[in-house]
Amino acid sequence: MTTPRVAAHAARDDVLIALRGVSKGYRRGGQTIPVLTDISFDIRRAEFLALMGPSGSGKSTLLNLIAGLDSADRGSIKVSGEDITRLSESDLADWRAANVGFIFQFYNLMPVLTALENVELPLTLKHLGRRDRRDRAHLALELVGLGDRVRHLPSELSGGQQQRVAIARAIVTDPMLLVADEPTGDLDRQSAEDALAIMQRLNREMGKTIVMVTHDRRAAEHAGAIMHLEKGELSQRVELAHG
Amino acid sequence: MSQWLKLVARNALRHRLRTSLTVAGLVVAILSFGVLQTIVGAWYAGVDAAVPSRLITRNALSFTLPLPITYENRIRAVDGVKRVSYMNWFGGIYKEPKNFFPQFAIEPASYLDLHPEIYMPAAVRKDFLADRRAAIVGRKLANRYGFKPGDVVQLRGTIFPGDWDFVIAGIFDGRGKTDTSQFFFRWDYLDETLRQRSPTQAGLVGFFIVDAGDLNHVAQVSQAIDALFRNSLAETLTETERAFQIGFVKQTEAILVSIRIVSFVVIAIILAVMANTMAMTARERLSEYATLKALGFSPGYVARLILGESLVIALAGGAVAIALTPPAAARIGEMTDTLFPSLIVSANTVGMQALAAFGVGLLASLLPMRRAASVRIVDGLRAVG
Ligand SMILES: Nc1ncnc2c1ncn2[C@@H]1O[C@H](COP(=O)(O)OP(=O)(O)OP(=O)(O)O)[C@@H](O)[C@H]1O
Ligand SMILES: [Mg+2]
Repeated sequence: MTTPRVAAHAARDDVLIALRGVSKGYRRGGQTIPVLTDISFDIRRAEFLALMGPSGSGKSTLLNLIAGLDSADRGSIKVSGEDITRLSESDLADWRAANVGFIFQFYNLMPVLTALENVELPLTLKHLGRRDRRDRAHLALELVGLGDRVRHLPSELSGGQQQRVAIARAIVTDPMLLVADEPTGDLDRQSAEDALAIMQRLNREMGKTIVMVTHDRRAAEHAGAIMHLEKGELSQRVELAHG
Repeated sequence: MSQWLKLVARNALRHRLRTSLTVAGLVVAILSFGVLQTIVGAWYAGVDAAVPSRLITRNALSFTLPLPITYENRIRAVDGVKRVSYMNWFGGIYKEPKNFFPQFAIEPASYLDLHPEIYMPAAVRKDFLADRRAAIVGRKLANRYGFKPGDVVQLRGTIFPGDWDFVIAGIFDGRGKTDTSQFFFRWDYLDETLRQRSPTQAGLVGFFIVDAGDLNHVAQVSQAIDALFRNSLAETLTETERAFQIGFVKQTEAILVSIRIVSFVVIAIILAVMANTMAMTARERLSEYATLKALGFSPGYVARLILGESLVIALAGGAVAIALTPPAAARIGEMTDTLFPSLIVSANTVGMQALAAFGVGLLASLLPMRRAASVRIVDGLRAVG
């Protein structure tokens, strides 16, 4: 993880996500309020990038665009060479199911499903046998250290445990990209550390590309690089050296 | 698929109290609907029991006015007429006015021949024909008042003066929708007694019952009968028994229509309640639906979750209501006694109840489905809590 890096645009085959001239605004009372203006940058394969910035700066908006949850007003977003801004609504849904794992601030688990069933949920969109789904979900839960909590409902788990279930759900389909919007925003210090450690392992040992939005300096320090978003503009990335 | 069912079932049971109350409301509404439909159906039962080739000849001015008995032979002579019988509405009171049941004075042999749907043991028929004061009672009526063969029953006349004593010859049963809350006695007994007590009322009958034999002759025979008495003192109106019954029921049509309307209004109300419940439920779960869509589930999948939940609740209520309708109808039948000949829940009514439940489930989920399916993921995710 200590290969020398050039700022801004990286070498071609090293790039997983390439944003070019991306703009996004919200319409309010006949007026369009710009949130992101002409954003261009690359995210490398297998990197762990933290997005920071003041509240309302557009971090979530940017993350949602990268994850294919929202559509840009202008510009292109190429992931592995495919421009996702050109995909139809339903193709985009398929693309997300195949390529993106989501980790939310409030975990967003289905309250009526057990930990195991929650993790299994994204697999029901794949053509897998029942057994196969079970096994994979079990494996993912063991990976986040919850092998003994599979039958618990979200309401029977702590916040930190719920977030780890959500991480298991995000990785169970083996996506290349994980997006996390304030994943530690609702957690105590220890739980946050645990969740971040897991994400770090996923990045280092399994080569997952992770984009994480966070307010928290200490959380951001778990990433390989940090970028700041301010008033719709992106700062230079700061590389972090890890031992 | 199994995942979908699991989500639907568990979501439906998530707010136990809310779901229970909604199901209870559905049960009450669909049960009421079924019972009201059954009552309306019972009112029309006489119409359904009518035999198409039987004609009723009555006074053209009003069916409360009589016709002279002398018409009998002239009707019998009309071309195409097979058999003729006649009867009078008696309208007496058994002990108390609230004990209502229909009583008719009939010409016994011809009436029973013309009405094969009324049947009894041969011995009962023989006794009925042998004794002038004999009467036969329907099974339902006999059960209600405990009438047994040999009992003497007294009716107080309202149209015809005095007290009238009858001896029960036996009990009859009825096929199909035949009303077995009826009380039949002999017209000759009525007429003879009237000759002594009230001579002006003697020699008159309420209706003639005419057997045209064949459905194809019905129109021609009824025209011929009415032509025969045109310009006479009492002109006649001859129509099929069915048309006659409908005419009789028509008097109460306004009430029936009101009952029908109320039964549908009840369904409309529960639909509004159910739609509100589903809208509330779907609104609360907007972030869950958005999460599912973020994970790659289609808007259609999310819509089907809501539809499934709505149908599960509606059909559960419908099933309980359908199961409760026959006992409820039977109970009402007992309470109202002989007012309704047959409070039997028809297959048609059950079908309508099932359809109502399904319709409520479907319609109640339409708007929430649309909303949940069309909400943008990012907006849905922001709607936390
Ligand atoms: N659906 C929307 N409709 C209108 N305006 C929106 C919408 N979503 C975001 N915005 C606006 O866009 C701007 C950026 O929002 P965004 O959620 O991306 O900020 P953020 O950097 O994630 O903030 P925070 O750190 O508070 O989560 C804000 O001014 C916000 O009000
Ligand atoms: Mg945000």
